[in-house]
Amino acid sequence: MTKYVVATVDEIAPGQRKVVEIANRSIGVFNVKGNYYAIRNLCPHGGGPMCEGVTSGLVRSDRPGNYDYIMRGEIIRCPWHGWEFEIATGQSWFDPAKTKVKAYPAGVESGETLAKNPELSAAGFQPGPYSGETYEVEVDRDYVIVNI
Amino acid sequence: MAVQQLENYARPEQWTGLELVDTDVHINLPGLKNLFPYLEARWRDYITESGMGGLPSDLYPSNAPNLFLDRSRPEQGPAGSSLELLQGQLLDPWQLQYAILNCTYAIDSIHNDDLAAALARALNRWQLHEWLEQDDRLRGSAVLPLQNPAFAAKEAEWAAEHSQFVQVTVPSRSREPLGRRGFWPIYQAAQAAGFVVGVQAGGSSGNPVTPVGWPTYFVEDYVNVPLAFQTQLMSFVTEGVFVEFPELKVATIEGGFSWLPPLMWRFDKDWKGLRREVPWVERPPSEVIRDHVRMTIAPLDRPDTPEYLLDVIDQLLSDDMLMFSTDYPHAHFANSADALPDGISGELRTKIMSGNAHATYRRLS
Repeated sequence: MTKYVVATVDEIAPGQRKVVEIANRSIGVFNVKGNYYAIRNLCPHGGGPMCEGVTSGLVRSDRPGNYDYIMRGEIIRCPWHGWEFEIATGQSWFDPAKTKVKAYPAGVESGETLAKNPELSAAGFQPGPYSGETYEVEVDRDYVIVNI
Repeated sequence: MAVQQLENYARPEQWTGLELVDTDVHINLPGLKNLFPYLEARWRDYITESGMGGLPSDLYPSNAPNLFLDRSRPEQGPAGSSLELLQGQLLDPWQLQYAILNCTYAIDSIHNDDLAAALARALNRWQLHEWLEQDDRLRGSAVLPLQNPAFAAKEAEWAAEHSQFVQVTVPSRSREPLGRRGFWPIYQAAQAAGFVVGVQAGGSSGNPVTPVGWPTYFVEDYVNVPLAFQTQLMSFVTEGVFVEFPELKVATIEGGFSWLPPLMWRFDKDWKGLRREVPWVERPPSEVIRDHVRMTIAPLDRPDTPEYLLDVIDQLLSDDMLMFSTDYPHAHFANSADALPDGISGELRTKIMSGNAHATYRRLS
């Protein structure tokens, strides 16, 4: 695994991101509440530049007019079709019925990581059929490092 | 005097022995005066003193060519105003188990909520006493004063006390989309009573038939009927009506169905990207539509290649949605067998002829 220094810590404040070109790939490095994550800037649905989308939360509801807004800042929405992905895992979060068909097994650490997220399970979410490519990120003193 | 049957208008031989429920049969009020026995004096005088005319629906102009079955008009009054003709031309020759009546009298065009409520009640009492109580094959659809959803819900509750009513109807061209929360008292009452909410083609809300304004010709009005239905189905789903009222069924009446598969494709696709706006829609919209929406089959779109229509029916991905209808006294087919699509399987035909209606109309018995 090769380490790539992609930014100084100051460059990516909480809620911010930096899209970098390393190893012939466009990769978005995100700071979500102090934790750093890297996902490929390529939407697994239609190939859109996923990391250029809006970061937001997930909205769910048990009846019309009720909004349960969770995971604020932890979700990226692809700018092309608005599909929602969790930044930490690259997992898509719409269309839970389709997960019954395990159509895209290429996902990185999808199921296990998700099953461990108590906030999502409590909200009744199940993983969607797509997941984006994620990379290991570490902070070495003042630098953000992506492992590929 | 025995009523003479209409030519080529009777149950086809190949349907022998099968139950048949006609989910769209029209009755028409000859004139406002026919409601006087069912109206309070205050409203009788109001109508007389103001010189108020009748409120016939304009969806089928009475003299437009080829819209009505030949000889379906009685000696006096409009087509669909004679029980005797209805029995002799439809109920008997088609051997109907049930006929679900619809009345498109334009209560929705009135701007006075109180008058609308009084006329809707009178119209429903007229339907009950002069039709439903006269032939036990007939089942009713109560017309609602949609102007005021609270009044409309009260009318549904009144109709619920009479077992002959199986449905409440609202016009497809309503003043605003029917899923909006202001209308929910109606759906609350309908669900509680086991009524289907029938969305009847037409309406005199003041909104044009198209989103780009008023067209010039009647043919445009007539061909554009599905536009309003598409909007209404989207509204019912996105507003979460079926989340709030999970037992509710909506029947589109005379709206066609060949437009539905592509609408569902588009709706599902865009929901995936926009679902966060309507998070209570937790399932693909097409699934919600298949579970809650039923469609009367006349008028049937008839491509020159019959197989195309079979493809569309396949694309619905449901055998439960379509319900047989003649739309009497409106003329939609030259031969009776053409009332159903050519080439459908025997199992699907049975469901369309009666099974789906029985599964949809919980009060039908």
